[in-house]
Amino acid sequence: MTAPTNKLRFATVWLAGCSGCHMSFLDLDEWLFELAEHVDVVFSPVASDIKAYPEQVDVCLVEGAVANADNLELALQLRQRTRMVISFGDCAVTGNVPALRNLWSDGDQASRQAVLERAYVELADSGAQHPHAPGIVPELLERVRPLHEVIPVDLYLPGCPPSAERIRAAIEPLLKGELPAMDGRAMLKFG
Amino acid sequence: MSVHTLTVDGIEVAVPEGASLLDAVRAAGVELPTLCHLDGLTPVGACRLCLVEMESSGHLQPACATAAGEGMAVLTQTPQLQHYRRMAVELFFAEGNHVCAFCVANGNCELQDVAVAVGMDHSRFPYQYPHRRVDASHPQFAIDHHRCILCTRCVRVCDEIEGAHVWDVANRGGECSIIAGLDQPWGEVQACTSCGKCVDVCPTGAIFRKDDTTAEKQANRERPQLLRSAREQHQWQNQ
Repeated sequence: MTAPTNKLRFATVWLAGCSGCHMSFLDLDEWLFELAEHVDVVFSPVASDIKAYPEQVDVCLVEGAVANADNLELALQLRQRTRMVISFGDCAVTGNVPALRNLWSDGDQASRQAVLERAYVELADSGAQHPHAPGIVPELLERVRPLHEVIPVDLYLPGCPPSAERIRAAIEPLLKGELPAMDGRAMLKFG
Repeated sequence: MSVHTLTVDGIEVAVPEGASLLDAVRAAGVELPTLCHLDGLTPVGACRLCLVEMESSGHLQPACATAAGEGMAVLTQTPQLQHYRRMAVELFFAEGNHVCAFCVANGNCELQDVAVAVGMDHSRFPYQYPHRRVDASHPQFAIDHHRCILCTRCVRVCDEIEGAHVWDVANRGGECSIIAGLDQPWGEVQACTSCGKCVDVCPTGAIFRKDDTTAEKQANRERPQLLRSAREQHQWQNQ
């Protein structure tokens, strides 16, 4: 057991996204060393091997939209266990590319059935069937949602991906217990 | 020429008779976001971003489509106006299918710019994902209705500057859309001169050149004003 520190307990989460936001996070390069002096990374697909989202997290960057049952479960869990949840990138903030499947719907029906039918049956070369592996392959939600439609979000960090400079400008003040000023083109431009 | 004097956020300005409140706001050096307005085209007051408050009555009026009058006093940045402006921009995003990441106009889009201007970091309104069409029947250009905000700049520039009137507005409410000719594929409309003015004035990536891919659109939104001043005041760009 290491002694308790006053470092921020920091997490990053990857839901339905391309991981581009995490790649942009890694573009922080040498500033990551500075960040590491101020935070304990307690959960992250790029900086930790821990598989279960821990308790009492201070700050969590959440990349990606909420597209399947696993995304939703993790989103609900991290909200309960995190003081400050940050919507990290356009997929989390707007739904963006993963949410394009919401267009693929039939009348008032949500997109889930329509995309599964299209991908696994209509376009199948052989062995057309819907994927079915309960407990292994997470079920798609009826519709892809931005993060704030399923849990309250404390800060929005748009961009596809947000640049390393923007990520740093958003999280550096948090290390000092301050809130970043999310305004102007450098901090807010989508895309 | 007679002149009207008025105040904008307490700043005194004088504008020529016939000037709009938007002209007066600009004369005062005040920044006011606009989307449907374009210098050189008839104002329509469609987007409601340039709403200002008349100090005397508290009424809200679109600055682009309201004449400046003697003694008027207008406010442009009240908390109520800022609230409505941001709400209007969020509704534009929620109403269509605007995905900046792979849009032809990413980085050169007025909708994207006003989102920054009003401080929009997310939309509080759920996205509607309307079913819309893409018409790529024209040999050079295409119109992607998913990205259309119904500003009607294309309708106005084609009618007022090019004189072809290829574009018009059909239906109402959520079904409202821009149509070519008599609701035909664009490429089949013989009135179209392929001048490209609608591409130039489109504030988003809705109308674009087929050659352009993500973030490659170069708009030329000052073109109507240049043409109008050339025709009416005989002032040419190269003089």
